[in-house]
Amino acid sequence: MLKYILKKLLIMLLTLWIIVTLTFVLMVTVPGSPFNSESSSNEIVQQNLERHYNLDKPLPVQYLLYLKSVVTLDFGPSIKQSNQSVNDLLGRGFPISAELGFFTVLVAVISGVTIGTLAALRHNGIIDYFAMTVAVLGISIPNFILATLLIQQLAVNWSIFPVATWQSPKHMVLPVLALATGPMAIIARLTRSTMLEVLTQDYIKMARAKGLSPWKIIVKHALRNALMPVVTILGTLLVGVMTGSFVIEQIFAIPGMGKYFVESINHRDYPVIMGTTVFYSAFLIIMLFLVDIAYGLLDPRIKVNKKEGD
Amino acid sequence: MEKILEVKDLHVNFKTYGGTVQAVRGVDFHLNKGETLAIVGESGCGKSVTVNAIMGLIPNPPGKITRGKIIFKGRDLTRLKEKKMRAIRGVDISMIFQDPMTALNPTLTIGTQLMEGLKQHRNVSDGEAKKRALEMLELVGIPNPEERLKQYPHQFSGGMSQRIVIAIALICEPELLIADEPTTALDVTIQAQILELFERIQEATGVSIILITHDLGVVAKIADRVAVMYAGKIIEIGSKREIFYNSQHPYTKGLLQSVPRLDVKENLQPIEGTPPDLFSPPTGCPFTPRCPFAMEVCNKVYPASFKYSNTHSVDCWLQDERAQKLLAKAVKN
Repeated sequence: MLKYILKKLLIMLLTLWIIVTLTFVLMVTVPGSPFNSESSSNEIVQQNLERHYNLDKPLPVQYLLYLKSVVTLDFGPSIKQSNQSVNDLLGRGFPISAELGFFTVLVAVISGVTIGTLAALRHNGIIDYFAMTVAVLGISIPNFILATLLIQQLAVNWSIFPVATWQSPKHMVLPVLALATGPMAIIARLTRSTMLEVLTQDYIKMARAKGLSPWKIIVKHALRNALMPVVTILGTLLVGVMTGSFVIEQIFAIPGMGKYFVESINHRDYPVIMGTTVFYSAFLIIMLFLVDIAYGLLDPRIKVNKKEGD
Repeated sequence: MEKILEVKDLHVNFKTYGGTVQAVRGVDFHLNKGETLAIVGESGCGKSVTVNAIMGLIPNPPGKITRGKIIFKGRDLTRLKEKKMRAIRGVDISMIFQDPMTALNPTLTIGTQLMEGLKQHRNVSDGEAKKRALEMLELVGIPNPEERLKQYPHQFSGGMSQRIVIAIALICEPELLIADEPTTALDVTIQAQILELFERIQEATGVSIILITHDLGVVAKIADRVAVMYAGKIIEIGSKREIFYNSQHPYTKGLLQSVPRLDVKENLQPIEGTPPDLFSPPTGCPFTPRCPFAMEVCNKVYPASFKYSNTHSVDCWLQDERAQKLLAKAVKN
């Protein structure tokens, strides 16, 4: 197990390095500089600024400086947000984004699995058709459209929930709903199809032959097996939730990381771009690693520390 | 002898898009206490549907018991509510499935799967359940039961898995054990071991067994009585001796002739043709198109049951006196 984790860790670091390098290459190839929009600055000021932020150095040196900042986890000051370091921005934005992401995944998984299971149990019944219609709608409507619809109906017309910002649990409902619907629909459809397959398996019939109650058969015998594919796509869904949150945070004016990420790219705020990218990538890589581990816990046939043919 | 199970005029239909399949079309038989009844017949003849009906495991919809009674210890199982049926399944009647590799849940330990039936039906502590589980593993011949209890199904071979399935079926001490082709998925050497296990268990617990198979070798080894099914009906039933040495139905004879023998240097004689379509089964004897002795009446009317002896009865027009006279004449000429 330890060997596996170490090996995985090495691969994760390698992945991270590739991402950092690619981001750097993309960053310097995109035209423009952080100081382009400053109307007041003359050439001397700009040169001084560039020197201050090490932007006058040759590219390989800049690259090494970036690597150093990644390794030391100190991304330096933001160019655009005055008097704030990148770490400050991350420290402020991440808890909010994490909250949004956590509730989104929670809502998506719980409701998705429940809906999918119900649909499978009432296969070709009214519940099934209804659930799958909702699921197809959920998959096809982009979250930014859903978000505006939700704001229009629930916040503006009926004033049940606040329109925007992130203050109380009530503020969280609409953004989480908007962000969770897509993943929920995907999980519901997947759960339904795997559940239908699992329910025809012999061990389900055997569980019935033991005289177990339907509830026990579903929860103990069927669900665990049906959830394997759901765990598989959880990694991909996390990516979706993350990128989705950039948009949702903008729409609901949530001061999360997504906002800084998008703004930093618009303003060529190099340290912030680098900081948020590294942070997002590292977070995602760790999550995918956890999904791998969760596999082994769910299915005893998958042993993470065993070689094939062992 | 005490009858533990009586099936009377059982009909089971399945509704499909193509129409209604009459899978079981009037099955009558009984099972005595402590005996082994083998139900044989080719694929799709209704063997499995019959025993699933006894277990109350016919998926509804599409399946439905449309007529008949299944009387188990004085109670008609076809009339029981699902909840009452659940208290019988696994406790009074247990079932063993064909493929042990798929009958066990891959994500739960053997111990959990062994004990959950016991915990469901009996008020036992964890310690007692474990003790009983260990006893069962020992009974079915699994070495190191203590260790094995914590293992998962993929860590067992096919034969071992089938022993565990048997242990699971027997843990609540059922009076009736239904085995649906329990050896079909196993190696021949393992088959013999499992059959011996059945005999040993029957001796130890006195359980009655219904065994479904299409392997006549298995029948010869452990059955007391044999029922031959064809197209949803039992066409001949009798003791093992009667069926093997004095079979009366042309289909049973055909079945026995299509078993390969080492001592006879002859080509195998298959039964030509295929079983009838159960969407619209014939009104007469369903075997008529394949029967070498078919008469005109066979096509039109299903024969009554002719009692050949106290235990042996057969559904065939050849048993009718008139046919017997004709046969005698034909032999004379």
